[in-house]
Amino acid sequence: MGAYHDDLHDAAEPDGRALRLGIGGPVGSGKTALVAALCRSLGPSLRLGVVTNDIYTTEDADFLRRAGVIDPERIQAVQTGCCPHTAIRDDIAANIDAVETLEERFGPLDLVIVESGGDNLTATFSRGLADRQIFVLDVSGGDKVPRKGGPGVTTADLLVINKTDLAPMVGADLTVMSRDAAAVREGRPVLFTSIREDRSAHMVAQWVTDMVDVWRHEHGVAHHHGLSAHGASTHGASTHGASARRVPEGVSLDDLSADGISIDGVIVDGISADGLSADGISVDGVAADGISAGGVSPERKEHEEHEEQPSRPVTAP
Amino acid sequence: MAGGGTRLETLRSDPPLTLRQTGPHRVHLVSTGAGPLRGDHLDLGVDVAPGTSLEVCSVAATLVLPGLAEAPSIMLVRARVGAGATLRFSPEPTVLAAGCSHHLVVRLSLAEDATVLWREEIVFGRHGERPGRCQARFDATVAGRPLLRQNLVVGEETVDGSPAVYGDARCVGSTLVAGPAWRPSPEDKRERRAVVGEGWAALPLAGPGVLVSALGADAVQLRRRLERGEDAAASHATG
Amino acid sequence: MDGMRGDPAALLLLADSRLPAGGHAHSGGVEEAVRLGTVTDVDDLARFLRGRLATAGLVTAALSAAACELAAGEPDLVGGPGSGGEAGERATAVAPGPHAPPARPYAADASWRTGVNGGPGAAAGVAAAEDVRRRLWRRLDDEADARTASPAQREAARTQGRLLLRTARRLWPSAALDTLARAIPEGPHHPIALGAAAASAGCEPQQAALAAAYTSVTGPATAAVRLLGLDPVTVHRLLADLAPALNDAAHAACASLMDTVLTEPVLTDTALIDGVPTDGAPMDTTLTGKTPADPALGDPALGDPALGGPAGIDTPPGDAGPPPGDAPGAARAEWRGGWAGLPGHSAPALDLLAEGHLANPMKLFVS
Ligand SMILES: Nc1nc2c(ncn2[C@@H]2O[C@H](COP(=O)(O)OP(=O)(O)OP(=O)(O)O)[C@@H](O)[C@H]2O)c(=O)[nH]1
Ligand SMILES: [Mg+2]
Repeated sequence: MGAYHDDLHDAAEPDGRALRLGIGGPVGSGKTALVAALCRSLGPSLRLGVVTNDIYTTEDADFLRRAGVIDPERIQAVQTGCCPHTAIRDDIAANIDAVETLEERFGPLDLVIVESGGDNLTATFSRGLADRQIFVLDVSGGDKVPRKGGPGVTTADLLVINKTDLAPMVGADLTVMSRDAAAVREGRPVLFTSIREDRSAHMVAQWVTDMVDVWRHEHGVAHHHGLSAHGASTHGASTHGASARRVPEGVSLDDLSADGISIDGVIVDGISADGLSADGISVDGVAADGISAGGVSPERKEHEEHEEQPSRPVTAP
Repeated sequence: MAGGGTRLETLRSDPPLTLRQTGPHRVHLVSTGAGPLRGDHLDLGVDVAPGTSLEVCSVAATLVLPGLAEAPSIMLVRARVGAGATLRFSPEPTVLAAGCSHHLVVRLSLAEDATVLWREEIVFGRHGERPGRCQARFDATVAGRPLLRQNLVVGEETVDGSPAVYGDARCVGSTLVAGPAWRPSPEDKRERRAVVGEGWAALPLAGPGVLVSALGADAVQLRRRLERGEDAAASHATG
Repeated sequence: MDGMRGDPAALLLLADSRLPAGGHAHSGGVEEAVRLGTVTDVDDLARFLRGRLATAGLVTAALSAAACELAAGEPDLVGGPGSGGEAGERATAVAPGPHAPPARPYAADASWRTGVNGGPGAAAGVAAAEDVRRRLWRRLDDEADARTASPAQREAARTQGRLLLRTARRLWPSAALDTLARAIPEGPHHPIALGAAAASAGCEPQQAALAAAYTSVTGPATAAVRLLGLDPVTVHRLLADLAPALNDAAHAACASLMDTVLTEPVLTDTALIDGVPTDGAPMDTTLTGKTPADPALGDPALGDPALGGPAGIDTPPGDAGPPPGDAPGAARAEWRGGWAGLPGHSAPALDLLAEGHLANPMKLFVS
């Protein structure tokens, strides 16, 4: 069961190994849902492993195993002894062990996802454990959360604001969240999702795919033959070094920045996709009233419920 | 003296511990004097020849008493179980009367394919009595490799009443069941799972054996728990 | 502690609860005790910690001391300093320049305990010496197994040992840690890893024992603070009160290690280190008297030479077992004393707690 490498390489030695992606965020924001979504969309093209940091149960690991999105053997559960942030930040030994166990058993892998236990806004992953990290918030915590900042919100490589479908119910103003997040994140990307509606979290999957590509490029991980065409579309992806700065087609920078929202790096995904029209994102919808809290009108809500989700909500044709 | 039939070759004993053959494969330990008392030194040797089987029982509990000497009483049991032989050692409990000081040392050497059931029960004092002191050491080896090494200390302030050691139990007992039938399979990387009940557990060892460990409020409850664990241990057997 | 020559700063690092080696996720049985209601307040916790130290704490202290001694003595197995053996080379290779760990003050003193007669073929001798070292580590780890009846506890001990070993190999790279990792790939028992790490950090066995005793109570104490919301200062007071007992445990651990040298036979062959007769010698000889194959027949528990010979057993004359192989190039190890006599103080309640904890899916701690 042990992950033991008969060499003296640093555990953090990145060359030739999988990208380690940390997914953190407060309790119940949708981390596990996102992991499941990523497994769904990336599983066909990437060799995956998953580590969960359950706080009190093995619920997350069990959920993922039951969801059938990944070979149950490829999920390792780590117990965190009351302190989920300790396990991903101050003392990452158990998580490293779990990651290496997966790599040893199933390697080479392309991507190992580490889901942290739900914690507070200050919890971030150690760079010794995660090469990239996603911080997941949800709208039900209130639209003031991004403004409050905290290392997770400000420094994560990608901020995901999930459960946009609940925005009308909880009176969260997505425009405000988007603007506040952009203000504290200095250009790092933000994605809005509703994993309930887009069970593959396509835009996040896209971002992750790009990260894996960059990682492979930089650290020489062998490509898995025949699988380098990614399940999630790489369409329109442009990566600059380690961080993706993409604006979906159909969104005009000018339009958005006119509104005072710094769009640089803000990627909008899954915002009530049908409301945003077939050609991707209706700029008006974003900038004007489309996603403001009260803005998703009851009629639109109804409208949403009657229409099928487009399978690729945002990526332009 | 190998072979199918068991023959008790030697049976030597002196009071206060007397050996009596009570069946073709059975010997009873009979206490013919008080004690052991402080200063007493008792040796018991058991040698089970290859391919034979033996059962050792006792008629009554051993009551360890204080006596006048300063030195502790010592009970040393050495047992060797030869290839293919079987030993069942299940004497009645040892009761630590107030003021006693007792050392109990067991050396159990098993041949590679010997089988044993070895039960030990220690009662912390007679009814309503604080126990005297006892240090027990148990060493079991299989073909020279360590199988189980344990010390038990009773009557020390550090361990008495500690929720980590005996909790509020008044007696402690264990049964070692060992032999080729309990050998862990070499391809089994993971530890075998214990069976746990109220106040007892059947603990598969790293080597070829299971230790049933139990705590009890009294000797009767302890025995019941041990027997339950022994049944569970029997079900761990593969052979 | 007077007479302690090892590196005290290294000891602090090793015993610090912030050492990133996964210890924070283990409650040492406290979580289950809290769940069952046998630890509910500071007084219960005080009794819990005292009992844990007197049992599991003492055992881990002794095993850590033994591991520290074994690790410190390791280079001597290839013929002592300057022999140019693999261990020496590797030690320089991984710890070059100013960052080299300080010379181990203890290492020189451990040489009396081991010795190897290197054969003519140097390369074969190096390989054989590595083989001997691995066997010794496995043998010590077997002794830890024999003192840990509960499979849940063995699993927890190996998990912690594996994590500590990984961390220690990055902090204090050494040939001993590498050998240990190769000898027991699934992860050694925690005290074994701790002792080896201690030696690599420049500590001596008594310091290793002290670190082991200390961590055997600090982990559970911290867990209790979190689980019961106890006043952390009150709980630390408990630890402060335990300080003399911690020193005593470290002393006792080292004393027991000395006893094994005095009372146990010399192991002169790798097969005997493993406890396995090599040549199909009749099992009887390995079960007899004070042969190296059964050091248990020494008197581990009480160190009382007055305990006489077996009653009713005809003890055949001691047969030292098969003669050690003297193939060309084969190293021959001589390890004075096994570890049979080290303390094995068991805590039945801890065993039951560990198994109950493992069986319960609702938990915050690994163990
Ligand atoms: N309405 C809505 N619910 C969602 C969405 N995503 C996840 N959920 C639900 O939110 C709840 C929590 O989701 P999880 O994925 O378990 O959240 P988590 O962050 O992993 O939670 P912890 O691991 O306990 O911290 C579940 O009931 C999900 O079904 C979403 O986009 N919209
Ligand atoms: Mg989760």
